[in-house]
Amino acid sequence: MRNKHILDMASLSLGEIKQILETAVRMKEISRRAIKKVPTLRGKTVVHFFYEPSTRTKSSFDIAAKRLSADSLSFSRATSSVVKGETLRDTIQNIEAMQPDVIVIRHSSAGAPHMLAKMCQARVINAGDGMHAHPTQALLDMMTVRERKGRLKGLKLLIVGDIAHSRVARSNIVGFQKMGAQVMLAGPPTMMPMGIEAQGASVVDNLDAAIPEADIIMMLRVQKERQKRFLMPSEREYANVYGLNLKRLKKAKQDVLIMHPGPMNRGVEIAPEVADGPYSVILDQVTNGVAVRMALLYLVLGGK
Amino acid sequence: MDILIRGGRVIDPGHCDGVADLYIRDGKIAGLTHGGSRETPPTGCRVVEAAGMVVMPGLIDLHVHLREPGHEYKETIASGCRAAAAGGFSAVCAMPNTHPVNDCAQITEFILAQARLAAAARVYPVAAVSPGLKGEGLTEFGELKQCGAVAFSDDGRPIASSLLMRRALEYARGFGMPVISHCEDPDLSDGGAMNEGEMATRLGLSGIPNAAESIMAMRDMSLSVLTGGAVHIAHVSTAETVQALRQAKACGVRVTAETAPHYFTLTDDAVQDYDTNTKMYPPLRTQADRDAIRAGLADGTLDAIASDHAPHSSIEKMVEFDQAANGIIGLETALPLTLKLVHDRVISMSRLVELMATGPARVLDREYGLHTGMAADVTVVAPDLEFTVDVDQFLSLSRNCPFNGWQAKGRAVMTIVDGRVVYELDQR
Repeated sequence: MRNKHILDMASLSLGEIKQILETAVRMKEISRRAIKKVPTLRGKTVVHFFYEPSTRTKSSFDIAAKRLSADSLSFSRATSSVVKGETLRDTIQNIEAMQPDVIVIRHSSAGAPHMLAKMCQARVINAGDGMHAHPTQALLDMMTVRERKGRLKGLKLLIVGDIAHSRVARSNIVGFQKMGAQVMLAGPPTMMPMGIEAQGASVVDNLDAAIPEADIIMMLRVQKERQKRFLMPSEREYANVYGLNLKRLKKAKQDVLIMHPGPMNRGVEIAPEVADGPYSVILDQVTNGVAVRMALLYLVLGGK
Repeated sequence: MDILIRGGRVIDPGHCDGVADLYIRDGKIAGLTHGGSRETPPTGCRVVEAAGMVVMPGLIDLHVHLREPGHEYKETIASGCRAAAAGGFSAVCAMPNTHPVNDCAQITEFILAQARLAAAARVYPVAAVSPGLKGEGLTEFGELKQCGAVAFSDDGRPIASSLLMRRALEYARGFGMPVISHCEDPDLSDGGAMNEGEMATRLGLSGIPNAAESIMAMRDMSLSVLTGGAVHIAHVSTAETVQALRQAKACGVRVTAETAPHYFTLTDDAVQDYDTNTKMYPPLRTQADRDAIRAGLADGTLDAIASDHAPHSSIEKMVEFDQAANGIIGLETALPLTLKLVHDRVISMSRLVELMATGPARVLDREYGLHTGMAADVTVVAPDLEFTVDVDQFLSLSRNCPFNGWQAKGRAVMTIVDGRVVYELDQR
């Protein structure tokens, strides 16, 4: 995978996804050691460029780079020249002039990493662009499911919530299907993007009817601001109709996995007892995030 | 200088269509000789051999952004008028969203003065409906008309107030002038960056639904019925608007409409690589919309093809897609893209002349054509001349064009305004 940019799940082949997931399993072992560091990427420079706030993804990438001994630095929108009115193009060309090996970018505009990839010698890894893609999240989700279920093929993933605004949903829809899983989508019709069925996912009208079929239930964060655009009446109503609580969960399979990309709104899309309950693999997702990002840094810099 | 255009196919729909010689004398059409003549032209008369060419009334572009005053780094009136002439246009309508806005006599006069200096295509200024395009009142239509404004529009800023639109149509009716409407319900567009649909969903870009356009187009047609005012719908992009227009015209509503070449050429599939030169306002739509627009062009539902020439520099376009400015330049590609419809047998050559010359003139309520005594605005087109679209050859100051590198067939080889050659293709 040398010389490859990681922009979205659509541009990764089945073979590449498998290679990433297998490499991530090996990388995970490093994080369990007493000395959590290997010299693999010594002398390589990784820049983490976060135009949008992020805690989980940013620290995950940072830890991943450090465990592989890469020199890494991060800067955010607030600490960059963006606040002085510099364009993305100029910011990137300036970073590029310092010859980094990898640029990790999170940006609120869909397609920003693609723009970067066209201008850069460095490898670009998309850490989330607008509503478009979040490939490292999809990869860590797939790793987590594979770890628990031993496979992805033939499983049914149910994603619930604000599909329209979710890059996590978009990347998982593409990724899980490539790996042979089926994807069902549930949520308020106001949050279901037009033409999503064209990507092979099925939209279900009745959440309660879909829950018993699902091997994995992935709850998405719903943002309070959505009320302003009339997408939902209230958080209370949302929790009633689309929230995952213990009552709803009763109808689920015995070995169902509950996932959430975080940050969670406890009591809105997911009840605390469900988030903290036995089916939840939410923190495993975070642990595996480091492994997946280590694998990607390693692979795009020519590792095998 | 007198000009004899010899042996071309002369088309002026409803008047003539056949091989003829066209004489131009003292800036006017001096006559047509059907079948061509063997007479020696008078000395001092320039002879243009036009065998295999199509000779038509000069093309009129109803929708152009010349950017001057205010954004001269994108385009000036001079560069825009030269680009227009090179594209076969003998006249362009200049939209008022300059800086300052063309909402008063002084700006209209300035535009016309700059256009005279440019001495290329004519400029017909379109003045703002509301001062500053703010949608809060009416500009002085009477004085603006006296100064040379040909229509009124708040193009780029849809008139959200139905009451203001009603009054604009009523008041403009008193001057016999149309109101050009940029139809879009901005609330429904909700900050969208492209057409709402499968492609927007795949790319994670927020979408603008078709209804954002058709709702307002239908409103404006209803207001035309109410007021008797003439409304012209700008840059039609959706099947729904085409259908609404067809029905309204069947009922005799005073409505005319234009579309732009990108809406009958491209679909939102073109956005797939986040190329900001595919970002327009209204956005590129689907195949079904494109097909409906082609049908509307063919059956007379649509009256005109206008380029919506919208120059932008890399400052506005080399940015994130959702933050990029809307629009593309079109003066130098509109005719080749429309000729493709003729080559593909979607429309006839005669219909092309209606859509690009006599139709736009009718929207502006002007007598126009190749009748003896009329001002000699003439375009000579080589319909089969193949070339590669190269933005670096454009006379426009801007380069925001999604058709760069396309193979095209047919272009203007000569543009004549008032009997004066303002553009001639160097064919060496």
